Amino acid sequence: MPLIELTHIERRFTLGDSVVHALRGVSLNIEAGEYVAVIGPSGSGKSTLLNLLGLLDRADAGSYRLAGRDTTGLSPDEAATLRSRQIGFVFQSFHLVPRLTAAENIALPMVLAGIDANERKRRVAKALEGFGLSDRADHRPNQLSGGQRQRVAIARATVMQPSVLLCDEPTGNLDRATGQEVTHLLEDLNAGGVTLIVVTHDPVMAERARRQIRMEDGAVLSDSRSAAGTSA
Amino acid sequence: MKPLDILRFALRAVTAYPLRTALMLLAMAIGVAAVVMLTALGDGARQYVVNEFNALGSNLLIVLPGRSETRGVNPGSFFTETPRDLSNADAEAVRRVPGVVRAAPLAVGTSEVSFGGKLRETMVLGTSADYLPLRRFQMAQGSFLPASAGQDNAAVVVLGSKLRSELFGSAPAVGRMLRVGDRRYRVQGVLAPTGNAMGLAIDEMAFIPTEQAFALFNTSTLFRIFIETRDRASIEATRTRVVSLLKARHDGEEDFNTITQDAVLGTFDKILGAITLGVAGIAAISLGVAGILVMNVMLVSVTQRTAEIGLLKALGASSQHIRSAFISEAVLLSLGGGVVGLVLGQLGAWALRIAYPELPAWPPNWAVLAGLGTALLTGILFGWLPARRAAQLDPVDALGRR
Repeated sequence: MPLIELTHIERRFTLGDSVVHALRGVSLNIEAGEYVAVIGPSGSGKSTLLNLLGLLDRADAGSYRLAGRDTTGLSPDEAATLRSRQIGFVFQSFHLVPRLTAAENIALPMVLAGIDANERKRRVAKALEGFGLSDRADHRPNQLSGGQRQRVAIARATVMQPSVLLCDEPTGNLDRATGQEVTHLLEDLNAGGVTLIVVTHDPVMAERARRQIRMEDGAVLSDSRSAAGTSA
Repeated sequence: MKPLDILRFALRAVTAYPLRTALMLLAMAIGVAAVVMLTALGDGARQYVVNEFNALGSNLLIVLPGRSETRGVNPGSFFTETPRDLSNADAEAVRRVPGVVRAAPLAVGTSEVSFGGKLRETMVLGTSADYLPLRRFQMAQGSFLPASAGQDNAAVVVLGSKLRSELFGSAPAVGRMLRVGDRRYRVQGVLAPTGNAMGLAIDEMAFIPTEQAFALFNTSTLFRIFIETRDRASIEATRTRVVSLLKARHDGEEDFNTITQDAVLGTFDKILGAITLGVAGIAAISLGVAGILVMNVMLVSVTQRTAEIGLLKALGASSQHIRSAFISEAVLLSLGGGVVGLVLGQLGAWALRIAYPELPAWPPNWAVLAGLGTALLTGILFGWLPARRAAQLDPVDALGRR
């Protein structure tokens, strides 16, 4: 059974009096542990697809099964609960809460999920250690470099041990070296079993993925698997 | 999300914007401080009046001459007789009514009191022995007036403490002779200082037997009869008995009035209570204004933190979480302001008490609770709309905005 199963997904937006077809008839299966890059020009529907996969958005038609569970009828709060357990987000602009320290930012999903403070502390310490941020625990986002910020964001996305990691241009705001560093980090997570779905403009990063989904005008143009695989 | 975590999250948000928070606290504090201080003032005035009345003695029934008609000239005015005097004998008769503990006649006038070339124009009360315990006065030296009104008509005077010191200085007064009007009196006693009671300066008065006062002021009617009943509960029954006795003595006509201290006190209490409430209401308007300010600040906060709200939703926050966090923030702001205002208000009331020592300007408990309660309620009420707006934000839109 695939982890993600999209069948004939439609998503339309009304802008003024014109209707924009963001997704038209998208059908996709993604297995657990896959490494997928979603590529395509601006406005091709990549972000809409990602939001939909993350249960932030709902389809107008079609069905989406996540880990065998149909998500079409979920209320926003049910979707929030499922999201909290299954899905981690990494954004281009990091989206860290500026008034909270790195450790507090990482703890945020656990706070929302109602995990008790001792367990939180333990897992945050582990995450900080794992992402090489131990000496930055009490720094606020504005005291961190771009690469450190994205590492905090990735630590936050993975601290609930989700099955899917959704990344929207994770290296878009980073220079080349740090971008590569972040890419390796994500690939390591994927190697650990997390399904990795990356929306990117960066052809180098897309090449590294084992599967490329190319989108245009809201439809899947090509879906190819490269034999190259990931770097070691 | 656990309640403690919601609170901590809201607290972090409150402390993250110190200027905004300080201004908010100030606005709310001014409202609460105004409520606390103004009610302290109003209730202080009420307490002051109540104390003045209580200084008069408790369980008091007062008889005064004259009809209760206050309508001016009417047909009845031409047929009925003029009111009979309220006489010393009436007062003496009232003393024997069951339920009456004490009864003191009262005749009032002003006269010159002179001793050794010093002269004071002062208020002179004609009364009897019962007056002293009835008014809870204490003697400093000597004794008070003779016990039985009318019969003992000795030419004796009792002085208020201030009058005594003005006339005699530090010399002993008891046993000396002085003049009241054109008559000579022997000083029988001096009252201990009492201060003011009902605006009358007791310390500056002179007291003589009732019959002496009638002669001095050339009158034959009492100004009042003060009656002390056994207890509060028996006032009404005693009043009925007193009224029927006096009616019988006045040929069946009720040409006098009786008022209870309770009734007078009750009226004052009601009026001043209403004023206090009114003032508190006016002060509460500023709380309402502060509440709108809380709402405005929270709405701005929701707008500024749209991306954060989107993020929280992406991280698995339910609408309930977001709503709770924002309402908690509003409540923290209002309640914090309320506490600061309470402290300011208590300080203000304290300053009032220092400035006007005779005014017991303590804010009543209900006002303190109402002030804090209103602040809390304002927070919830005016925080609700922004919180709801935050909770309803679409996560995709919210994340997209920076």
